[in-house]
Amino acid sequence: MEQLPWLPAQADLGAALGAARRLEPAARFAEAVRLAGFRRDFTQTGRIDRLAADGLADPALRGGVSPALTPLRLAILSSHTVDHLVPAIRVSGLGRRVALSVHVAPYGMYRQALLGEDPELAAFAPQLVLLALDARDAPIDLPLDSGEDAVEAAVQARTDELRTLWRRARARYGAQVVQQTLVAPDPLLFGSFEALVPAAPHSIIERLNTAIRAAAREEGVLLLDLAWQAARLGHGSGLADPVRWHQAKQLVSPVLAPLYGDLVARIAGAVAGTSRKCLVLDLDNTLWGGVIGDDGLDGIRLGQGNATGEAFLAFQRYAAALGKRGVILAVCSKNTEAVAVEVFEKHPEMALRRGDIACFVANWNDKAGNLRHIARTLNIGLDSLVFVDDNPAEREIIRRELPEVAVPEVTEDVSDYPAILGAAGYFEAAGFTADDAARARSYALNAERQAALEQATDITGYLRSLAMRMTARRVGPAELPRVTQLINKTNQFNLTTRRYTEADTARFAADPDTLLISVRLADRFGDNGLIAVLMARPDAALPPGELLIDTWLMSCRVLGRQVEEASLGVLLDHAARRGVKALVGEYRPTAKNGMVAQHYARLGFEPMPAPAGAEPDSLTMGATFWRYELRAAEAPAHYIEVEAA
Amino acid sequence: MTEAQIYDALTEVFQDVFDDDAIRLTAATTAADVPGWDSQAHVNLVVAAEMRFGVRFRTAELESLHNVGDFVNLIASKQQGAR
Repeated sequence: MEQLPWLPAQADLGAALGAARRLEPAARFAEAVRLAGFRRDFTQTGRIDRLAADGLADPALRGGVSPALTPLRLAILSSHTVDHLVPAIRVSGLGRRVALSVHVAPYGMYRQALLGEDPELAAFAPQLVLLALDARDAPIDLPLDSGEDAVEAAVQARTDELRTLWRRARARYGAQVVQQTLVAPDPLLFGSFEALVPAAPHSIIERLNTAIRAAAREEGVLLLDLAWQAARLGHGSGLADPVRWHQAKQLVSPVLAPLYGDLVARIAGAVAGTSRKCLVLDLDNTLWGGVIGDDGLDGIRLGQGNATGEAFLAFQRYAAALGKRGVILAVCSKNTEAVAVEVFEKHPEMALRRGDIACFVANWNDKAGNLRHIARTLNIGLDSLVFVDDNPAEREIIRRELPEVAVPEVTEDVSDYPAILGAAGYFEAAGFTADDAARARSYALNAERQAALEQATDITGYLRSLAMRMTARRVGPAELPRVTQLINKTNQFNLTTRRYTEADTARFAADPDTLLISVRLADRFGDNGLIAVLMARPDAALPPGELLIDTWLMSCRVLGRQVEEASLGVLLDHAARRGVKALVGEYRPTAKNGMVAQHYARLGFEPMPAPAGAEPDSLTMGATFWRYELRAAEAPAHYIEVEAA
Repeated sequence: MTEAQIYDALTEVFQDVFDDDAIRLTAATTAADVPGWDSQAHVNLVVAAEMRFGVRFRTAELESLHNVGDFVNLIASKQQGAR
């Protein structure tokens, strides 16, 4: 079975790998990133890892790679051998746009590493800790005739131990913890009857995994759900191969390293905010069978009644479900717009409706240009797009013209599309909130706002007509998950790109000296949800009576709506009540946040030199600093009604 | 496959696993002769050879692989058996 079926195959990957070794270091790293995007076995993956090694160790060598990779330190604490999996984790990281440094604690020493002293781990300062455990470690060994209660008690005791380790990793390193679920290594003892025996080995492991998942949800821990992968991959896939276990205590065979590496890397990407955000769909022979322009509404194959039509419908349903999950949906098709839209509005079997599509582009222009237009319209990067097209020539063109866009390789059978898209893990999540569930609706509303803007004769009239209401309040416990999610995934409208774990944001929220403010925006079209986060706090580099704006970020959905002006007004009110004399804003340039380079200038801040004692990170990033004197200041004007608490 | 063909293919496997085109194998080549041939690389070699030759080594056979000659003989005997 193909492990990475969504990646295109490269005819002579071996020769390309050989040639790449002779390149200059910077070009070699860029080539490693390119080659990581092809189907590869574990040996080829290891060779790509060697090509990338210098670039991963030295940020200066990574400069030519666009979009830039987010550096992330991952520690793996394991009960089984994982060293052979590390190259595959790093290489998939290149594809998921994270530059991973990986530290592996000595095999089997995960408790000591977290509960005792581990100077190497402490020096490494992990941002992500993967607890890669297996079912043979600390097995729950009960007499087979034990009852439910005894099994439940043992499972709870083991889960509690894990909770202690998770909390420790978080308290000591501020790290996001990822827990691997347990793969049952041995065959069934009872056959299908196994699950009816509470103390049978598979019953215990299943119960333990259920308890681990529930505990992880409570503790803000992420899962590497290897148990689900095992169920999907099945026997002989290279998971829990007994020979590899006896030979080297490998739970995951080298054969399966590329997939395992990708599963880990996509979680790292989700944590770093590099998961993709938008699914762009072709129409003819992708969402329905046939060509609407030729075959007409009655001629295309879609829906119940024949196998082909069912297959297209099933893919539409999967896409619609992704939309409900918060993935933005868009259409990019060579068609006459009115003809294409008519299918969405009139065809009775469509699972996707026009209102599900945030950006609908059907014309006869080239698709690369249209994808650029979609990214611009939605205010997201090209590297947030996934483009599904049945036409291999179109896929090749986009891969060549827009390497930032993910273009999954698909088979000639649309029945396979949902599985391929699911396996690719483009939209890996590190959280799920009510705002995600409402996103699809929110983008559809944005399309209506856009239409209103086009009708309005002037921008002031448009902004007034929106009847915007903003709610700004100090962040409470209920908002921590969404606030943390925004902090970690907002790349463009983000002044400082400081990433914080939920533990960090909880600490800031509880600190009386720190102003951590969430901003919601509603208007006559509906509620946009929580769309901006601001944090201002005293800083050692500033004199007393001044606050540093540590974080200011906003969802690009509400760009051009004066949320910036209104947010500053809220900040000024808070500051004035505390007798603060000045606000100091900071802009830390990244590859993605150029749009806010002049944010503070636009709001009336004055440029100032970097304060002595500013964070070293800020200085290496080339940060600019800006000052706003409260005494002289008049809050900027806007058309938003603000309710602040 | 003839013995010579097995040597050629196995040499490619070694070159890929160690990412070193300069590797040349003889029957007497052991882990001491190839930089990086440690226990982890050994498992990688075994698995890469299994994939390349379409064979599967038994647990006990893995313990008898001390040099390249052992590798080649084992692969040859498995391919004979498959015929």
